[in-house]
Amino acid sequence: MSIVAEHARQRGALLPILHALQETFGCIDDAAIPLLAGALNLSRADVHGVVSFYHDFRRTRPGRHVVKMCRAEACQAMGADALLDHARRSLTVDAHGTTADGAFSLEPVFCLGNCALSPAVMIDGVLHGRVGPERFDALTADLRAQDQAEDAR
Amino acid sequence: MSHRLTSIYVPRDAAALSVGADAVAAAIRAEASRRGLPLRVVRNGSRGMLWLEPLVEVATDAGRVAYGAVTPADVPSLFDAGFLTGGPHPLGQGLTEEIPFFKKQERLTFARCGVIDPLSVEDYRAHGGFRGLENALAMTPAEIVATVTESGLRGRGGAGFPTGVKWNTVLNAEADEKFVCCNADEGDSGTFADRMMIEGDPFCLIEGMTIAALAVGATAGYVYMRSEYPHATETLRHAIRLAYDEGWLGENIHGTDRIFHLEARVGAGAYICGEETAMLESLEGKRGMVRAKPPLPALQGLFGKPTVVNNVLSLCAVPIILDRGADYYRDFGVGRSRGTLPFQLAGNIRQGGIVEKAFGVTLHELLYEYGGGTISGRPIRAVQVGGPLGAYLPPAQFDLRKDYEAFAAQGAMLGHGGIVVFDDTVNMARQARFAMEFCAIESCGKCTPCRIGSTRGVEVIDKIIAGQDVDDNLALLDDLCEVMLDGSLCAMGGMTPFPVRSAIKHFGEDFRPTTASPSATGIRAGDAP
Ligand SMILES: Cc1cc2nc3c(=O)[nH]c(=O)nc-3n(C[C@H](O)[C@H](O)[C@H](O)COP(=O)(O)O)c2cc1C
Ligand code: SF4
Ligand code: FES
Ligand code: FES
Repeated sequence: MSIVAEHARQRGALLPILHALQETFGCIDDAAIPLLAGALNLSRADVHGVVSFYHDFRRTRPGRHVVKMCRAEACQAMGADALLDHARRSLTVDAHGTTADGAFSLEPVFCLGNCALSPAVMIDGVLHGRVGPERFDALTADLRAQDQAEDAR
Repeated sequence: MSHRLTSIYVPRDAAALSVGADAVAAAIRAEASRRGLPLRVVRNGSRGMLWLEPLVEVATDAGRVAYGAVTPADVPSLFDAGFLTGGPHPLGQGLTEEIPFFKKQERLTFARCGVIDPLSVEDYRAHGGFRGLENALAMTPAEIVATVTESGLRGRGGAGFPTGVKWNTVLNAEADEKFVCCNADEGDSGTFADRMMIEGDPFCLIEGMTIAALAVGATAGYVYMRSEYPHATETLRHAIRLAYDEGWLGENIHGTDRIFHLEARVGAGAYICGEETAMLESLEGKRGMVRAKPPLPALQGLFGKPTVVNNVLSLCAVPIILDRGADYYRDFGVGRSRGTLPFQLAGNIRQGGIVEKAFGVTLHELLYEYGGGTISGRPIRAVQVGGPLGAYLPPAQFDLRKDYEAFAAQGAMLGHGGIVVFDDTVNMARQARFAMEFCAIESCGKCTPCRIGSTRGVEVIDKIIAGQDVDDNLALLDDLCEVMLDGSLCAMGGMTPFPVRSAIKHFGEDFRPTTASPSATGIRAGDAP
């Protein structure tokens, strides 16, 4: 719980702590909730309420790569709905789901701030612009190839 | 005798990176070393001509010369063409500041964005940075507030509230502690100006917030960043560290006894946290539930203390006002809309990006003279101005002047200056459905009309799209909109009816599939069976 100690002196520390936990462990584990409540002098219900309020916090670990796909208006104007359908088909995954092999989680989001170069996609925190179906497939194929190369070593 | 190194600028703005700017910078460095040509690569912000990204600039005696959009494969031919001295090349755009899109702008807030190295205090200083703060350090709080009030600056986050009036309330509040909070949640689709300022000129925001703190007597501040902007957050945190190192933040600002501490905090993917009271709740580590007003955040804000909450662009307008004076800023604009607004052209637009203009420019000018029409080459059918809660406007309203009052008179709003363009393949019933769906997903849940009404709205529009009892369901939808307008605590529920009603009003044919245009059935021209 060094993460908690690191942030405990900040005011309103819960969000920074949750971000740090998720960064380290991939999700907010159920077991963390009573610990956080104890450390921050909150009720479990308070902590649970915060974790469940925000779209970003996940209760289970995501796939190896998190694909955030924008489905807000400026991206819609450039085919975001079709791109999301394409991604679901090409990865065989539902929105908010993870592929069977654990490689990709697909997260629809609202706006990545790249609305003049739409459709926009963010993969593992890296933003991509003007992503059509072909570019999407190339990006995901690259990541699979990288993963395979790593696994082979 | 040594030559000055040629400077090459390759943006590090997230939009530029999203189309390969890092690879271009690497290719330029590699090619230069292969040819034994020493040069200096500066990673600047973006000039805001996003369709030209990655836009590479070369500093020449005549000024900076632009090439775009550059791919790594173009780099050898750029060297062959002598781009280091501004030589001609098919990607050449001439002098950056002579590009028509750029030349006709009035860049006050974005003056340095894309020009300087965003993480160099020295560069910032050399381009007029911290002059406003130096002036403010020699003024009384009341004088600073008066200057901002006289400038006519109004909040750029959406509501357009006079910034000086808000500051004055905080200044006059008695408290042991006060805060300045910057709203960098920028959740509206079609907006990216906050992000670009933070990535391209972060010291400007730091300076603006410090001036606000001096004006109201605050000693600590927070920037509420959205989690969708990891690159901007990293840039801002880096800039904050540099500002501390060089004495522009902390215990003794610029050698005085004035104190201001600043920290960036990150949200967690909730649109409603852009609403200022929800943002404050979130900063306190709670669920982002909207608070009832009063009390105003200016009196009881963060941790119950008097708090200035301003948008990034409002705070970034402050340094130039304190540097050049209230009159200088107020002389731009029309009526009660003073100064400039960085408009953002987005969606299906040929030339998307930042257009900073004085208020009073028309939508038509922005869409055609700057934007060059759609990128698909098809006619523009609709634009949404002011984010997901903004109205959809048809071409008949494109002569609308961009100022707060002219828009309000049309039941529309300027919001954060985002303009999202759709061509004639758009189905407006689907856009109306999305507005309701967005509200259903992003509602904080406090008011029934917003939470339940939006879910019902989606269902009703689905029935309309399916052609069921269209007249009755349209009437029901209108009632639902009325209830949301009247019974919602904040603009989330209260303004979601704007895009819905404007879509019905101006594009009614899309809601009547029997008499509909091909687009209303979702069949696009060209993919008929
Ligand atoms: C649903 C909703 C979302 C909002 N989102 C933002 C936002 O992302 N950024 C912002 O600056 N203001 C946003 N606002 C407006 C803020 O509540 C507030 O008016 C603004 O931050 C005040 O700063 P200003 O006076 O400098 O504009 C939003 C308001 C509502 C109702
Ligand atoms: S209108 Fe919606 S978002 Fe706003 S306070 Fe009510 S429930 Fe929350
Ligand atoms: S509902 Fe949050 S990303 Fe889809
Ligand atoms: S709407 Fe998709 S990036 Fe902004």
